[in-house]
Amino acid sequence: MADVVKVFRTWSSPFALRVIWALQLKGVEYETIFEDITNKSPLLLQYNPTYKQVPVLVHNGKPILESLVILEYIEETWKENPLLPEDPYERATTRFWAKFGDDKLVPSVRGVLMTQGKEQEEGIPVVIETLKLIEEQLKGKKFFGGETIGFLDIALGWTANLMCVFEEVTGIKFLDAETFPLLSAWIENFSDVSVIKQNWPPRDKLVLKFQAAREKCLAEAATK
Amino acid sequence: MAATTTSSDVKLIGGWPSPFVMRPRIALNIKSVGYEFLQEQLGSKSELLLKSNPVHKKIPVLIHGDRPICESLVIVQYIDAVWASGPSILPSDPYDCATARFWAAYIDDKWFPSLSGIAKAQGEEAQKAALDQVVEGLVLLEDAFVKCSKGKAFFGGDTIGYLDIALGCYLGWIRVTENMNNRKLLDEAKTPNLVTWADKFCSDGSVKDVMPETDKLAEFAKVLMAKFRAPPPN
Repeated sequence: MADVVKVFRTWSSPFALRVIWALQLKGVEYETIFEDITNKSPLLLQYNPTYKQVPVLVHNGKPILESLVILEYIEETWKENPLLPEDPYERATTRFWAKFGDDKLVPSVRGVLMTQGKEQEEGIPVVIETLKLIEEQLKGKKFFGGETIGFLDIALGWTANLMCVFEEVTGIKFLDAETFPLLSAWIENFSDVSVIKQNWPPRDKLVLKFQAAREKCLAEAATK
Repeated sequence: MAATTTSSDVKLIGGWPSPFVMRPRIALNIKSVGYEFLQEQLGSKSELLLKSNPVHKKIPVLIHGDRPICESLVIVQYIDAVWASGPSILPSDPYDCATARFWAAYIDDKWFPSLSGIAKAQGEEAQKAALDQVVEGLVLLEDAFVKCSKGKAFFGGDTIGYLDIALGCYLGWIRVTENMNNRKLLDEAKTPNLVTWADKFCSDGSVKDVMPETDKLAEFAKVLMAKFRAPPPN
């Protein structure tokens, strides 16, 4: 029986992109269902009642949720082009930094993107310090995965596209080449991989989206 | 429990009250791996901890040979992979594995913050709301239990697995919270399967010796709150 694979995503979700990249890197055929986050489909709500969010991977009718969980599932199900290292210690290190990216980098960036004034000012060093820790992981490597992209490149890949969008929206420079030579080189190399390049959402649309999101967030904060 | 690895090879930096530390301890017990337990003192962090986990400076840290592994669930997966000849902790089926990982992440990212929210809630109404939220989460986990266990004793089936460890480590603190707030969080009416599971989990050979006694934990909770000047429980 042929595999039936569907991905529920939005045009902009960086978490959904992780799933797309992994499936394409492994040569898995899938159908895409684009969701409108302001008008979620009954099917999405049925597959993900806990969080009601994208991405959702549906494999032969069974839903898998949460992008990093989906990545592990994809890795275990389709063995071509392994994304995780074989060695258990290196796997543990990869998983540690993927979790770090989601638990620390994402909120710290959001903390600057969605604030202004003193609150925003205080958030900037947090982003820089977090990025410095990630920069160190690239020492002696072209990609986090080594010579080719792997699990951690996919997990952190959103930074290669979105950090410059956030810099444009906030007018704040996070990733300058002098402070972050390794990350800057990685962004170029990562973005050059064809599976990555062909899936980037349009940058101007992303700028508009995050500008609107920032304005909405600041307006809501002002009314509290 | 017969050790199949010399305990000098494996060290665990942790503390007896921490649910996160309990996770690798249970995993090591499941695999019959001996280890040296290096206990941290409340309020101070050892040089070894700071050196082994410079990013978070938190327990648990597993040191295998001389290599540190951090983050409790990452450590559990590492233990499962390294001592592969022992009983499996993660489900072998990728879908069951994804389900276990999903609920473990839910427990840490959504449910545990609601549990710790109880101590921080100010006033009766806020406390009741906080307690209600914890129970709602447990009801979701009750449903997950029914689906994952497929009629068996544990989330993992016949034996304790990843999701059992992920939730079970909190049972001591759940009991302390129930006593302090005079309210059942795991109860027969809403979460009957989890009530049965909790007893089986706590009496399991790999858990018994590492699950702290509720009284001892309650005393520790008082010390913790006094030390960090959190608002007292109702």
